[in-house]
Amino acid sequence: MSKEIKVNCMGENCPVPLVETRKAINKAKEGDILVITGDHVSSKKEIPMAVEAMDLELISVKDIDDYWEIKIGV
Amino acid sequence: MKDKTTLIVESGDYDKIYSAFIIANGSLAMGMDVSMYFTFWGLNRLKKNKLDKGPLSKMNFLGLGKLFMKWKMKKANVRSLEEMLNDFVQLGGKIFACDMTMDILGIEKEDLREEIITDFCAVGTYIKEARESEITLYI
Repeated sequence: MSKEIKVNCMGENCPVPLVETRKAINKAKEGDILVITGDHVSSKKEIPMAVEAMDLELISVKDIDDYWEIKIGV
Repeated sequence: MKDKTTLIVESGDYDKIYSAFIIANGSLAMGMDVSMYFTFWGLNRLKKNKLDKGPLSKMNFLGLGKLFMKWKMKKANVRSLEEMLNDFVQLGGKIFACDMTMDILGIEKEDLREEIITDFCAVGTYIKEARESEITLYI
């Protein structure tokens, strides 16, 4: 059963959103979806770079109010 | 083969140790392997309870500058060095300690945090690792 895993990086600074995303990827099973939220500006473009480098699926990148939400398929 | 980042950490300065761990953890987070080589003043930071005890490389002002920097970093919610080290180990990063530095500075194995050190070694191990690395930096 695939599941949705939330990774909350609100208020976190470099390099924490990347690191917490990576930890969540390591724990996730194939088919799981990670939903990462945060407000560190550079991470919004760098998490997708990491996703590409690791050959995972970037499902969406959204701005919501004053934060962003990134969905990744593992 | 996975891409690899290899870092030589020669400086024991507080800000440079931060740079090293940010690059190291960023590399791990982006799917790379990482080896960190601690030598000379950098090796002092692997002694027990010394990780965040280095001075600022500039404007230390007998420690006052460092206190100010720590306050600014806390305000910016920057993760502590100890937490960064935990992240590094958890994501599978490797730490190597230079044995010649240990001889010169009179550091014994039991002075160091052996539980986080993959190996004690010399330049040959560094070259072996660096030669298979996409990124190598001297800090």
